[in-house]
This record gives sequence, structure tokens and C-alpha cells, in this order.
Amino acid sequence: MPAAIKPTDQQFEIFLGKLLRTGVLIAALIVLAGGMWFLSEAHGARREYKTFRGVPAELSSLQGIFHGAVEWEPLAVIQLGILVLIATPVARVLFSMLGFALERDWMYVGVTAIVLALLLYSLFNHSTR
Amino acid sequence: MNTVEFTLVVAIGSFFAGMLGSLTGLGGGVVIVPLLTLVFGVDIRYAIGASLVSVIATSSGAAAAYLREGYSNMRVGMFLEVATTVGALSGAFIAGYVSTSAIAIIFGVVLLYSAYTSFGGPKEPEKGLAPDPVATFLRLDGTFPADRVRGAGDAISVAAGGASGAREAYHVRNVPAGFGLMYLAGLLSGLLGIGSGAVKVLAMDQAMKIPFKVSTTTSNFMIGVTAAASAGIYLRRGYIDPGLALPVMLGVLAGALTGALILPGAKVKTLRMVFGVVIAALGVQMIFEGVRGKL
Repeated sequence: MPAAIKPTDQQFEIFLGKLLRTGVLIAALIVLAGGMWFLSEAHGARREYKTFRGVPAELSSLQGIFHGAVEWEPLAVIQLGILVLIATPVARVLFSMLGFALERDWMYVGVTAIVLALLLYSLFNHSTR
Repeated sequence: MNTVEFTLVVAIGSFFAGMLGSLTGLGGGVVIVPLLTLVFGVDIRYAIGASLVSVIATSSGAAAAYLREGYSNMRVGMFLEVATTVGALSGAFIAGYVSTSAIAIIFGVVLLYSAYTSFGGPKEPEKGLAPDPVATFLRLDGTFPADRVRGAGDAISVAAGGASGAREAYHVRNVPAGFGLMYLAGLLSGLLGIGSGAVKVLAMDQAMKIPFKVSTTTSNFMIGVTAAASAGIYLRRGYIDPGLALPVMLGVLAGALTGALILPGAKVKTLRMVFGVVIAALGVQMIFEGVRGKL
């Protein structure tokens, strides 16, 4: 978006809407690709969901997921798509903050910064389990 | 069932949940957890993780369509997201300490409440209210397009002779009450892995007197952010299983998009009634199974 034009709320909202849709599309394609691959290799016993064991660290920590996705592990690729999905609203909040800054609405830059901090805390604070 | 069959069956169920959720405006997330636990025998923690993922997908996927209409209010949304994200973090935190039976019972109560709202339908808040000092300070008041009437038989009164581009002004009221209710909505979202649309409507329409179309679109925008706040915690806790999230996310997303496509020709009122009955029945069963300690 050109910075020279003062963005109206609505123009900016349309941009944010497109951002969200693109993020979901990319996430869905990654999940679909990983999923097809996972299903094509799924010959053994079905994964069991009746008793909760918790997803192992390779598929539940950021490090584990990135590591697995680089190695082309199908389940890690699905989790990578889910991470992209979770990151999509976070990106929206980040861009909203830039939008408010362009409008010089410092009160809302502050409000948005609080929301962003809470989201990043949730994603990256490893003590919350 | 082998893996492929299980994935397909769950995807089909999720597709219908997403389609009904988008047609009725109640969201698909609210039936995903009962569907997975009661029908497929999935542990409620895995079900909540998968549901949360589908909630982010539908919220973000629908946002582009909603935003073009120019109804949503960015400042209201962002201000209330402070309450919903704090709520979501508290909910996800509490979920680690509450028994699954208690979660099932709370879930059942929320389902019954959602069913109740689907019968009554939200009332359009009264108009012509005086400005509220807190809302004025926070610059929450806004306008919305007055000339376009669209969609689900919503009772949007049109400004007389609304020429193209005419916008109707509204004042936001009772900000502290709305903020408090939004914390509750976030808490339930984080605890149960749902979008909490019914509580958000209660906060924005009934407490804050925001026009129906504005509150619906703004709340859709907020749901994804709220769900993302607890999703990070659930991912680390190992609640989000890729084998389950795969059919649920893609199924709900495809269903929601299909729902949006067929919405103009759909009998929304009848659908809301049918969906309301289904949700109520699921709510009773969740409470029953929760009390028996089977979930």
C-alpha cells in the first residue's frame, strides 16, 4: 500500500481482509499437501484419539515442527500449515498497528501493541503449558 | 476404519458443520467438539485443539468477504480484542487444571445457550442513543452503509431515501460491560476451543448497542485473533494433532465457503431452527456424558 495516500479505515480493512484470505489459502494448501502425502503413506494402524497422550514435541514445538518440515515429514508439514494459519491473525494485528500509525492514531497503536504482545506471548513463551 | 476412511468421514462431518455454521451465523466450531467426542469417540482435548484450528480458518477466510462491505469497526474490534485475548489466555491456562468432565459440562451449557439464541435471534438494538463519554474518548463511534440491505433476512432498517454511499451513524454504549462480557467470550473460547459468537453478540448488540451488521462482521474479525491467542498454548500442550486437524480444518473451511456461496438462496430461518435443535440435543448429551465422567 503506498504510504503517500492516507489510508482510510475502509481501504485498509480491505487490504487486511485480503491478507487474511491469502494466509488461510497458503495454510490450507500446505495442510492439503502434507495431508495427501500423509494419507498416501498411511498403511499401518490408525492414529488413536480415544485416550489423550499429547502430541510429541517433534510436532508440538516450533523448533520440532520446523525441523520436521525441512526433513519433509508429512505430519510436520501439516503442523507447519497450522502454524501459518495461527500466524495469519497475528500478521493482521501487526498490519493494523501500522495502519493506525499511518493515521497517527497513537492511542490505537498502543491498544494494538497490547494485543500483539499477548499473541506473541502465547506463541513464544515456553513456560505456559 | 483405517486412516484414510477415518479422515474422510471426519472431513465430511466437518464440512456439514462448517456449512451449517456459516449459513446460520452460529459458527461451525460449536458443533465440532461434540461431533468429534460424541460421534467419533475422540478425547475432548484433541477435539478442542482441532476445533480451535478450524475456528481460525473460518474467521480469517470469511474476513475478506465481510470487510469489503464496510460494516466492521476496526477500533471497536481492536479495543475489545484486548479483553478477548486476555480471556483466551486465561481460558487456555485454566483448561490445564480443569477436569475434562467439567469442560464437557461447561461446553454443554454454552451449547444450550447458543441454541436459545438461534431461536430468538438477536434483537436489533434501539437507535438514536446519546453518545457515551467512554466510547467518545476511545473513538469507538462509527458509521455503516445505510443503503445496502443484504443477506440473512437481517432486520436492518434502511435510512429513508438512502442514496448510494450514504452511511448511518451509531453510538457505542456501556463500554465497561461490553469489555467484561468480551473477557468472558475470550475465556470460553480459550477453554472450549470455540469462537464464542453467541457471547460476543450478547456483548456487542445487547450491552454496547452496536448495530447488528456491524457487530456480526466485527466479531467475525475478532474470532480469529482470539482463537490464535489460545492456539499457541494448545499447540505446545500437544492438543493439536495433525492427523485430526487435517480433516477438521479443511472440512470446516470448505463447508463454510460453500455455505457462503449458497447463503442467498437458503432458508436461513428454518436452518437456524433445525441447527438450534441439533445444538440443544448435543448440549444435553455433553452435559450427560460429562456428569457420567465419560468424556
